[in-house]
Amino acid sequence: MAKVLMKGNEAVGKAAIEAGCRYFFGYPITPQSELPEYMARELPKVGGVFVQSESEISAINMVYGAASAGARVMTSSSSPGIALKQEGIGYITKANRPAVIVNMMRGGPGLGTIQPSQADYHMCVKGGSNGDYHNIVLAPSSIQEAVDMVIEAFDLADIYLTPVIILADGLIGQMMEPVEFTNKKQREIPKKDWALVGKGKGERHITKNLDLNPLDLERENIELFEKYKKIEENETQYEDYLMEDAEYAFVAYGTSARIVKSAVRKLREEGYKIGLIRPKTLWPFPKEAFKRNNIKKYIDIEMSMGQMVDDVKLACEDVHKVVFYGRSGGVILSSEEIVDFGKSIMGGAL
Amino acid sequence: MSVVFQKTKGLTDNKTHYCPGCSHGIVHRLVAEVLEEMNLLEDTIVVVPVGCAVLALNYFDVDAIQAAHGRAPATATGIKRVHPDKTVFTYQGDGDLAAIGTAEIVHAAARGEKITTIFINNGIYGMTGGQMAPTTLPYMKATTAPLGRDVNIQGYPIKVSEMISTLDGAKYVERVSVNTPANVIKAKKAIRKAFEVQQKGLGFSLIEVVSSCPTNWGLTPVKAMEFVSEKMIPYYPLGVYKDETAEEAK
Repeated sequence: MAKVLMKGNEAVGKAAIEAGCRYFFGYPITPQSELPEYMARELPKVGGVFVQSESEISAINMVYGAASAGARVMTSSSSPGIALKQEGIGYITKANRPAVIVNMMRGGPGLGTIQPSQADYHMCVKGGSNGDYHNIVLAPSSIQEAVDMVIEAFDLADIYLTPVIILADGLIGQMMEPVEFTNKKQREIPKKDWALVGKGKGERHITKNLDLNPLDLERENIELFEKYKKIEENETQYEDYLMEDAEYAFVAYGTSARIVKSAVRKLREEGYKIGLIRPKTLWPFPKEAFKRNNIKKYIDIEMSMGQMVDDVKLACEDVHKVVFYGRSGGVILSSEEIVDFGKSIMGGAL
Repeated sequence: MSVVFQKTKGLTDNKTHYCPGCSHGIVHRLVAEVLEEMNLLEDTIVVVPVGCAVLALNYFDVDAIQAAHGRAPATATGIKRVHPDKTVFTYQGDGDLAAIGTAEIVHAAARGEKITTIFINNGIYGMTGGQMAPTTLPYMKATTAPLGRDVNIQGYPIKVSEMISTLDGAKYVERVSVNTPANVIKAKKAIRKAFEVQQKGLGFSLIEVVSSCPTNWGLTPVKAMEFVSEKMIPYYPLGVYKDETAEEAK
C-alpha cells in the first residue's frame, strides 16, 4: 500500500477503522476535533456509528456501554476533556472492558492553552480516576507510529480487557506526515462471551461495578494486579537510539523524543557519547531500560514541569543520576536548547 | 387447584434489599411482568443506576450493567447503538436522573434514543440516607434540608415528565404512581406502552413513577402511601405528558 499524506488526527481515525472500530463517541475540543470530524464522515460508510455526545463524561459512558456490548469502540479528547472522562475510565477499568481512548494533550492546568504539551503524564499514567488501577498507555512519536499503536491498542484492549490510552499531543494531532496503513497481522482475540447481547436461552451476562463486600473487592483488585503483572512482562516497549557506546542518556517520549533525536545527532557530531531512551509504553514503564552501569546521567526531557522524571528516578534507583529539563504551558522544545542543556550537564566530557 | 397468580419469570429468586413499603418492589414486578408478557426477557439489557436500585441487577432476570451515577442513559445509548435490535432500558431514581444525570437524560431524550427509562421519583436520596433530592417537595424535610426545603434557598423541585415531554425526541412520557391498586394497573399499562414505543423504534420513552420511601421519610408504609396520595401527586400530577405514538403510525 502506498504512503498517503495525512493529518495526525485523521490518520488516527483511519487506523481505528482499519482495526475494526465501528463505534465512536466524542465531543469537540482543540487540538483533536479533526478526529471526531473524520469519524463522523467515515464511520457511516463502513456501517459504523458516530455519536456527538453532550459532554466528554457522556461520551466515555457511551463507550462503557458499547464496550460492554462487545464492540470495538473509541473516544478521543484533549487534556481538559480527558480530565472529564476520568470517572468513566475508572468504571471501564473496574468492569474489565476494552476501550481505546486518545488524548491529544494541550497545556494546562485548567483551560490552559490549545498548544501541545505533555503535562497529562500523571493523569493518564498514574491514574486520574479513583481506586487501585493502571491503564496501558502508548506514546507515539510520529504519525506513522500513532497509526501502528492505535491498531495495536485495539488488540491489547481486547486481549487484556482494559482501557488503552494513546497519549499523544497537539503536535502529533495537527501535523501532516506520509503514513502507510500496512495490514499488520492482528493478534488472536479471545471470544467476548461476556458481552451484553441478551441472555437468550443461556445464562445472564452481567457487567458489574459494585462490590459491597470489601473482601470481594480486594480479591478482584488482586486479580486486576495479576493481570497488570502479565502486561508488564509481555507488553513493555521502548526504543534505544544511539545507546551502544553512550555514557549519557536522554530520556524522552512522544514529540519530545522526536526533538531530542535531532539534539542527539548534533551532539554526536561534536563527539559527545550520548543517546536516547524512548519509552513507547508509559505504563507499563520500561524500568529495565535504566539498569545500565555505564550511564553517568539520565537527562529527562519533557514538555511539562517534570512528570515522567519521577518514574525514571524510581527505575534507575539512583536519583543523583537523573536531571530534568522541560518546557511547560504549551511551549514546544527546540533542539538547540536541548543541546545546550545536554552540554551543561556533560561539561567537557567528550 | 388452578394457578391464578404466580411470580413473573422476569425476576430472579433473590431476596430484595428494599425496605418494607418501598415502591421499588412493585415497580420491579410490573417491569418484569411486561417484559415477560412481551416475550422480551431473552433480548433485554437493563442499565441500573447508582442509588437504591444499584442492586437491581440481582433482581431483573435479564442481562444487566451497573452504570456510573447519572450516566445510565449514556451507557444505554452505547449499548443500544451496538445492538439496535435489543431492548435496552434504564431504571433510575431522582438523584441519579434529575440531579447528577440531568444532562444525560435530557440529551438521550433529545437524540430520540430508542431506549426506555423507568424513573422512580420519591423525592429523597434513599441509599445515602435521606438527603434532599431535586424532586424533594417545598417544605419537605431532608437531612440536608433540616428545616424543610426553602425554595428561596434550595430552589424548586424539577418536574421531569413536563421537562422531558418538551423534547422532540421523546415520543412517550407518562407519570404514574403505584399508591393504589387502580394506579398499579395504570402504571403497568404505561410501562407496556413505553416498551412498545421502543419495539416500534419510534424514539425515547419515559415512565415516571411517583413513589414512596417510608424509611427516609420517617413514615410507616401506610402513612408513606398516604403522603404519596396527599402531597406528592398534587405536586406531580399523574397523566400522559407526551404521546406521539399515534402520529408516528400515520
